[in-house]
Amino acid sequence: MNALSNPLLEVDRLAVEFRTRGGTVRALENVSLALAEGETVGLVGESGSGKSVLSFAAMGIQDAAARITAGAIRFAGQDLLAKKGAAMKALRGREMAMIFQNPRVALNPIRQVGRQIEDVLARHTDLLPAARRARAIECLAEVRIPDPERRYAAYPFELSGGMCQRVMIAIALACKPRLLIADEPTTGLDVTTQAAIMRLVRELSAERRMATLLITHDLGMAREYCDRIAVMHAGHIVEVGPTEALFAAPRHPYTERLIAATPVGAASLAELAAIDGNLPDLRRADLPACRFAERCPRRGAECERPLALAPAGASSATHLIACHRPLTAAATEARHAAFA
Amino acid sequence: MPHLLEAISLKRLFPVKKDGQTRQLHAVDGIDFHIAPGETVGLVGESGCGKSTLVRLLTRTLDPSDGQVRFRNRDIGLVRSRAMALHPQRKDIQMVFQDPTDSLNPRYTARQTIAESVRLLCGLRGAEAAARVEEAAGWVGLPLALLDRYPHQLSGGQKARVGIARAIVSRPALLVLDEPTAALDVSVQTVILQLLERLKQELQMSFLFVSHDLNVVRLLCDRVLVMYLGRVVEAGPTDAVFHAPAHPYTRALIASLPGGLAGGQASAADLLVGGDPQSPIDPDPNRCRLLGRCPRGLARCGEVGPQLEDIGGGRQVACHYPAVVQHVRQ
Repeated sequence: MNALSNPLLEVDRLAVEFRTRGGTVRALENVSLALAEGETVGLVGESGSGKSVLSFAAMGIQDAAARITAGAIRFAGQDLLAKKGAAMKALRGREMAMIFQNPRVALNPIRQVGRQIEDVLARHTDLLPAARRARAIECLAEVRIPDPERRYAAYPFELSGGMCQRVMIAIALACKPRLLIADEPTTGLDVTTQAAIMRLVRELSAERRMATLLITHDLGMAREYCDRIAVMHAGHIVEVGPTEALFAAPRHPYTERLIAATPVGAASLAELAAIDGNLPDLRRADLPACRFAERCPRRGAECERPLALAPAGASSATHLIACHRPLTAAATEARHAAFA
Repeated sequence: MPHLLEAISLKRLFPVKKDGQTRQLHAVDGIDFHIAPGETVGLVGESGCGKSTLVRLLTRTLDPSDGQVRFRNRDIGLVRSRAMALHPQRKDIQMVFQDPTDSLNPRYTARQTIAESVRLLCGLRGAEAAARVEEAAGWVGLPLALLDRYPHQLSGGQKARVGIARAIVSRPALLVLDEPTAALDVSVQTVILQLLERLKQELQMSFLFVSHDLNVVRLLCDRVLVMYLGRVVEAGPTDAVFHAPAHPYTRALIASLPGGLAGGQASAADLLVGGDPQSPIDPDPNRCRLLGRCPRGLARCGEVGPQLEDIGGGRQVACHYPAVVQHVRQ
């Protein structure tokens, strides 16, 4: 099912459930996604679509209520789901790292930021304390924090949001991981800071051939920074493809609606089209095969049949969709050409 | 046309104690602007630039240190913020807050939230008040069946509608919107923005729209004000400012947008250099506040603080070396 011959991270037909008092939430179902070395892949979708559940599962830090009921996650050929706590801890922070959404919440408020970088180094390297300190300062400099020696001793509350996010990135990159998962890394930051942080992530990933999974609900950002984009809806990946192909000719009706609802590039407010309905309640026992069907303007009788990601056309092995009634490439291209 | 709202040399300083000395934090440092009836004015700028302080001064929940807030040609800046709650003008300036989850009382149903405004601002009770609540729910497209729900039983988009209904139930002339869609998904954001646009027409309100989403400001606003460290650095019609930004800071903002703007003149060369802004505590009046981050930044910028000056086309800019502006056809 996947186009990459030798992926670094491979999520294979993963299913995750949450058992709650209100019933079982089928948060992810049949989710497959692969990332190659040096590649940046965007994961987009509305809140509640399962973007964070997927990334938490890949990092092995899912909620205690979560159960992985099917599928596999492989990292550099190793089966992550078979790994016990200690083996996973050895990998996490060293080979794979994550940047969380809100840096002020994710950082320890009563520990100097430099010490927090040292904590990662102490766990994963055998550097002596003096060398750790030097390396921590170097890490701060790598994320372009001015005056890193002084900032080493700062507490998170003494730094701006953008600076805190840089510290988060410094912690994530301290051991030069091969995979970085960035969960909404710039939400809540100013646009100027946003651009600076994203450029930094892009430069560092290029420098180190690091694979990056960028989780965002900002399509503009996904388009600017990602090589490929995966679109999630209600726990399914509905479309994956090279960024330009996906924006030029989205094939899944949900992707098309999502792009039409985004103000980036729209000429007027009237041109924006809202997406009808809401995400279906994932606790329902009668969830349809296509979870977008109830919101979909194109639904038909065949939409009740089982569904899986498949190539969008004979010529596009890298562009996959999960839809029985996709848009034709020509039709969407014409529409989007009119916008440009 | 007379202005609905006008700020004249509006200032707000906050004393801060440092090393035993009291110094002044210049949160809003001499701002002049106006809003015409029916106009939508966007206010953009990074966090910490004084947007929220300015909004609190205009909505009269904070007292100015100096300058005037004129509403319908009366200086309401003279009314102390504590007295403003009972002031008849209170109902004419209303606000929609950023996060509908945080700004709704979790122990009030939607109906109670909206009814409180009717009771306090319009002085109505009983059947008359109930009718007003349902009318406002109708304006914002909130099904009446949802009125008796608590915030935790409503979706993000529904809570946003309650927040808007609460603000417009008193039929304000000016609605101040502080990032009203920041907490919403794009699909819901679209619906709320289109709702606001329609309400503005139907109820003939003016909007002051505070946002750091430039794409939304571009679509919704007639004019835009760009703030930097307590000052307005650029003001003008939205299309003109976005397509040919004159101030280096505006150019940086637009260049920072992912994907850029179609037809826009800003590029990567306009991005800010350096890190954090200057301190807003006792800033040097003879120095441009962007100096140090500005990709231009020449000697004169450190000697004379630039003032907001007209550059034609209804535009103003505070910069010694603004970008040459080609006027965009209207």
